[in-house]
Parts: sequence; structure tokens; C-alpha cells
Amino acid sequence: MGPILAVGVPLVFLTVVFLYPLWSILFAGLSGDGGPLAAFGEVFEKPSLRGVAWFTVWQAIVSTGLTLIVAMPAAYVFARYDFPGRSLLRAAITIPFVLPTLVVGSAFLALLGPNGAFGVDLSSTIWAILIAHVFYNYAVVVRTVGGLWAHLDLRLEEAARMLGASRWRAFRTVTLPLLRPAIAAAASIIFLFTFTSFGVILVLGNLEFRTIEVEIWRQTMSFLNLPVAAALSVLQLVGVSMILLGYSRYQERRSIEQRLAPAAATARKPQTPGEWWTIGGILSFTAVFLGTPLVMLVERSLRVGGEWSLAAYTSLGETSDSPLFVPATEAIANSVGFAVAAMAIALVVGILAATVVAYRRGSVSRWFDLLLMLPLGTSAVTIGFGFLVAFDSPIDLRTSPMLIPLAHSLIAIPFVVRTVVPVMRSIRRRLREAARVLGASPFRAWREIDVPLIARSALVAAGFAFAISLGEFGATAFLVRPERPTLPIAIFRMLGRPGELNFGRAMALSTILMVLTAASIMLIERFRLGEAGEF
Amino acid sequence: MLRVDALTVEIQGATILNNVTAQVLDGKILAVLGPSGSGKTTLLRSIAGLQRPTTGTIQWDENDLAGVPVESRGFGLMFQDYALFPHQTIGANVGFGLRMQHQSTDAIHRRVSEVLDWVGMSGSEGRPVTNLSGGEQQRVALARALAPAPRMLMLDEPLGSLDRSMRERLIVELRELLVDHQITAVYVTHDQEEAFTVADRLLVLKEGVVAQEGTPESVYGRPSDEWTARFLGFRNIIQANVIDGTALTSWGRLVVGDVADGPQTLVIPPDELSLDPAGSIHGKVATRTFRGGHYLLQIAINAGPTLDVEVSAPAPEAGTEVRLRPGHAVAL
Repeated sequence: MGPILAVGVPLVFLTVVFLYPLWSILFAGLSGDGGPLAAFGEVFEKPSLRGVAWFTVWQAIVSTGLTLIVAMPAAYVFARYDFPGRSLLRAAITIPFVLPTLVVGSAFLALLGPNGAFGVDLSSTIWAILIAHVFYNYAVVVRTVGGLWAHLDLRLEEAARMLGASRWRAFRTVTLPLLRPAIAAAASIIFLFTFTSFGVILVLGNLEFRTIEVEIWRQTMSFLNLPVAAALSVLQLVGVSMILLGYSRYQERRSIEQRLAPAAATARKPQTPGEWWTIGGILSFTAVFLGTPLVMLVERSLRVGGEWSLAAYTSLGETSDSPLFVPATEAIANSVGFAVAAMAIALVVGILAATVVAYRRGSVSRWFDLLLMLPLGTSAVTIGFGFLVAFDSPIDLRTSPMLIPLAHSLIAIPFVVRTVVPVMRSIRRRLREAARVLGASPFRAWREIDVPLIARSALVAAGFAFAISLGEFGATAFLVRPERPTLPIAIFRMLGRPGELNFGRAMALSTILMVLTAASIMLIERFRLGEAGEF
Repeated sequence: MLRVDALTVEIQGATILNNVTAQVLDGKILAVLGPSGSGKTTLLRSIAGLQRPTTGTIQWDENDLAGVPVESRGFGLMFQDYALFPHQTIGANVGFGLRMQHQSTDAIHRRVSEVLDWVGMSGSEGRPVTNLSGGEQQRVALARALAPAPRMLMLDEPLGSLDRSMRERLIVELRELLVDHQITAVYVTHDQEEAFTVADRLLVLKEGVVAQEGTPESVYGRPSDEWTARFLGFRNIIQANVIDGTALTSWGRLVVGDVADGPQTLVIPPDELSLDPAGSIHGKVATRTFRGGHYLLQIAINAGPTLDVEVSAPAPEAGTEVRLRPGHAVAL
């Protein structure tokens, strides 16, 4: 009974909520007016659509390269030096990465927009988008590359130095090649995120810059051209799969087995004044770069019409002059409600699936693992669009309030699985045996050892699922009902309306969303046991 | 009393233990000595009930343990890597077995603080186990195994991951603790000195087979075969032909005690060999190594294998011609 449930529930869930919508998209793309391949033909022939595809690719490449270059020094400092406040700072730089895209968009609008802090308006230019992308993905480099860097055996570089290599030569010939897997991992994550960037581009690009993701949304919402939107989704899906496939092939081919040193053994205190200056400089840059947009966001929410005021916050409860149909405060309640539901679904399905992946061996477990990871490679917009086409007929479920938490949970499930599986696997058989020898029955050993250890990681997963749902924008944009907006939707609508007060309200809602997200992520850090888990 | 009778364990077609027989008397310590891969850990796991024997029996006080589940055997096991529960404090780890016995909170508190005191960790109940040093982990693991007062304690390489000076100190403490509280114990190790120090009885395992069993003194005094002798650290081993208490070897004549005539394998213990200008064995110092308290000389003999001799300073340089006087050789 147990195993059937563990395999069956996630399998049925993914089939209905993921595979069926994907199939529907493909079907929609093939059923355009001018024959089965007309929509695809239009995408390839229309210069504006070709431009969208080209822009999507090149901005992703540039964003990835820029992020790697800008964030590498910080990765080095966090990996190799031990300075006061290191762990706190490392946690702090992760905050931008977990922020909802709409909050990042708003923050950069506050910083580089028409009323920006520096008096230059970079919105609707590529620069705002690129800087926002670097801001967003900075932590990926510091965590992924720095993570491996901290565990590289210092003696390898020392050995190269002893053999006559200069500092730079030793870095280039020893350290850099050893870091390559982490750099490739970081680059492919960042490429994937920026390739499917939606919220940031929508807010900062003003529809003048459009990724495929934005174009799918525009074709659907503005032109009701479902076949073209579907064709774009299919092409994007193919692109994403190719990136993922290429990455995994690369990792398999390039993986070098190396003995990793404990991070504590490789980090040391800065000694010379030069080292202190370098570290101080890199950390200051990091703090200013990551901190300023967020501070600006809060500042703008507290200033309406040039005056310090709480009007943006106090007027959130009003309906009369609100661009929403309901008070903005209701959007907060809606978001929290959806997030709780999405979290519950993701936890039940995710933990059931995780037991299969963690405890079953062989190909069943591997294929299951792959199926569970697929939603991660599928963009949020594709998921939202898929729901829209799939749950139309025979039963029209598109007005059902359950669609939003379902879509959110689908996005959160891979995170739940990836958080819980390593913990389940890491519970050493020895611990269970030790409990048995000390007099625990098999059930008691499971309850005393497995449950408490997994419970912590489940809490972490719950926090992730909650935060993901709170800030989710791409899928929600397709599924939301006008009278039940979520926080990101409310922010987007406020930004789209003229008026100082509406801008202030958008900033206020972004601030609230940022605080809610940061709070759930901080809670995660508290419950995290050691370094277990892959996120 | 524990009796292991004709125990054979096969895992995935490989015979890990082959017809092993052993017993442990109440209040005594049996050391199981063997190199890695000799089946020591499997023997412990079989006794604990974590490994099902292929054939053979394990009995406690004449009762067969075959159908008794792990948790009801009443044995304690201290794992090689300690297996401390990372999500529990020291106190909760040590009290785990007592909670399984449904003892009162009060009784658990008292017992936990008592055993922590035995191992020199009093007052550490509230600390987490995640940042203990190797020695501290070892002590907590020992306390946890002792707390439920198991009728027998099994220790799997308990000092394996500690450094040498720490090992030498802890092994004496451990022996005192076990003897003082009259704890029946099986102690598994690959280290000869550790085994000699801790054991009342010694069992040498070689590739799943019992090579020798006896008191530490009798095993050391008369290893059963060449493999055992070499494993115990003897180096001067030679084939001989014994006639009337005198052995003819390629090193020359050796005096042996009560040994039957005919071909024999002889071993000269290190303390039965000394430099002496009037000695009967003639050779040349091949290598000289300083070992701190003494020098180790390898003496090349004209006909026959080299001899290892430990001498105190001043020791002859390499290349020096020397004479050695052998004392009593032992037949295997």
C-alpha cells in the first residue's frame, strides 16, 4: 500500500497537472488556422518574432558572462578568507536571489527609473535589465563557485607554487580548471534563469525588450493568438532542454574526482593591510551593489510626491482610487492563502516522491527523479499558459481558485524533492542500527531517528515552497482572476497606472513582499541542519 | 555467558566468517584481533543480531538467540564510527537506551549523569554532539552503550580513529572501567598492543577463520602458525630440523625447549636475541634505524633470511660485522 501511494500520487499529479498541459500546448501549436505547422512557420518568418528569439539568447549570454565576472571576486573572498561577520554576510547576499522578480523589477525602477536615485533614467534600456540580472544572480556565483572553491585543497595550489608557478599561473593552471564544474553549473543556472526571464523584463523593458517568455504572455493576453504562443512555448521548451542536456553531458564528461578539504581548513584570516583593503573593497562593492536597490525600494515606498509619508501604506486598504477591483490588502491575504495551499500540496506530493527517489534503487528511481525535475526546466509562463489551454474543455476549470496553488506547487515540488532527498539518503544505516541495539523496535527507530531528521528538512522545503508561491508571477499572470489578485499581480497593475501614489503603493507592496519572502527564508536558515540539502 | 558455535556467515556469495567458535565468560573481556577484512565486524554484527548467520548458533546462557530481535538481546554495541544521533544532545544520546526501557525521567537523569561521570564527561548532558572532538565522541558513544547496563558490551575498533598517545591512555582507562564494573565485553581491534592490553582472552581471526584462541600471554608465547606470528609482530621466523632439543637452521644451531624432533617452524622472540662477541650467529649489519628508545638492526646472514634485532645505544654502524647470541627459540 505504502509504495503504491508513494509512486502513484506524484505520478497522477504530474500527469494531470504537468504532462497534460504540455501536451495541450503542443496540440494548440499544431492546430493553427493555416495547417498544422502554420504557427511555427510564423515564428520563424516574422522578423519581430525572430528578433525576440535573438534578444532572448544574447541577453542571456551577456547577463551570464557579466554575472560571472562581477561576482567572481566576492566568491573568492567568501571562499578563502575568514573575517568577522562572514556567515551573516553570506546569508545576506542570498536575499536578492530569493526575491520575487517583480520586487527586483520594482527596486531597479526605483533606482534607475524616471525618478531614479542617480537622476538617470535607464529603464527601457538594456542596461537596467542587465544590471538587474547581475543583481539577481550574484549569489548563484558566490554560492556555487565559492562553495567549491572553499573546499578545494589549498595544497594543490601550493604544490604548483612550489613547482615554480607564479600566483596567477597557479590560479590559471590549477585552481581555475578545478573550479570549472562549479563555474559551468553556475553559468547554466544563470543562463536558464535569464533565458526565461519574465518579471524583470516586463517591468524594466516596457515591452520594447521582449524575451520569448514575455512574448508568449503578450501573444496570449493582448492578441489572443494561442497557436503562436504555443509554438513559442514549444520552441522555448526545446531550447531549455538542450541547455540542460548539454550541461549534464558536459558534467559527465568533465567530472574529475577530487578529494575535498573541509572549508574551515582552507579559509584564513587576512593578514597584510593589502589583503584587508582588497577584502574591504570587494565586500563594500557587494554591499552597495546588492543593498542600494533594496534600500531605494523602501525609501520610495516611504516618499509620496517628494514628501516623507506613510500614505502609500495607509492607502492600501482603499478601493476607490485603486487600480485593483479590491483593496490591496486583500492581495496580501490572497497571496498568503495561495502560498499555504501550494506549500501543503508541494509537501505531500514532494515528500511522497522523495521517498521513492531516496529509498528505491535502480532505473525506476532514476526515471522518477528525472520526471520530477522536469517542471524545474519548464518556465513559469509555460506552466501558466499550459493550464490555460488544458483546463478549458471538457470542463472549464479556468475560474477555479485551485489552479493558482496547483501551478505554484508544481514549481515548488522539484525544490521540495531536492531538499528532502539528500537528507533521507544521508541518514546512515548505522544510526538506525545503533537505535536498534539500544532497544528500539524497527518502528521506534524510524520514529526516533528518521522522522526528526527529515522533519527539519521538510520544514526547510516548506519555507521554500511558501516563498516561491508568494513571489510567483509568470504562471499567476495567466491564471489570476481580476477580483482575486496576488501580491505580485497587484504590484504589476499598480506599476502600470500613472500617479505618484500608485507608484508609491507598488513600492510599498514590493517592500511587504520582500519582507515576507525574507522572513520565510530566514526561518529556513534557522532550521537548516549543517549543509545538507542541495539548495 | 556467550557461546558462538560453528558460526558461518556468507554475504553475497562471499564467505565472511567460516565455522567460528568462541565464548565469553561472565565479567571477562574477549579481544577479537585480526587485520581489516578478517570478519571481525561481521562477527559483532552477527552477535548483535544485525547480520543473519548462514549456519551455526549464538547462545546466551544456553538460550539460542536465533529468533531474538536486535532490540531484545540486551547487548550493547559501540560502533566504529560511533553513530551518535546528530539531532540529539549528549544527554539524549546517552539516555536513549534507558528511554527504550521506559525508565522514569528521574532514573534516566541519574543514570546518564552516572555513566557520563564514568567516562569523564560529567555535566555535559546539554551539549550538542555535532562539534565534539574524536576523544569526546568516543567517550559519549561508550557512555551511551553502557547506560542501559547491557548484559554484554561489544566494541568495534573503539579507539580506531584516535591518535596514538590518546589511544594508549584511553585503552588503560577503558580496561579499568570494564573490569571495575565487571562488564562482559567483546573488543574488536586490528592493533596487537590494544588487544593484549585489554583482553582476558584473545581470539585471532584470519580471513574469517579462527587462527588462534587463548590468554594473551599464551597466544604471544606460542603463536599457532607463521601467519599469526607475523601478524603479532614477530619477524625472526625460520624453518628448522630439531634433534634432541637442538634445532639446525640456516642461522646455525638454536637451543629449543620441549619440542618434538623433526621439521619445525621456529620463532626467536626479540628479547631472546642479543649482540655478543661470543655469539654463535655471524652476520653483518645491513641497515640501522633509530627508533627512539632503541635501534633496530637488520642483520644479513650468509645463508638464510635476515634477522631483526633491537639493541640499545651504542649500536654498530651499517656494514659492521657482528655476532649474535640467540636465546630460546619457540616452535610454532
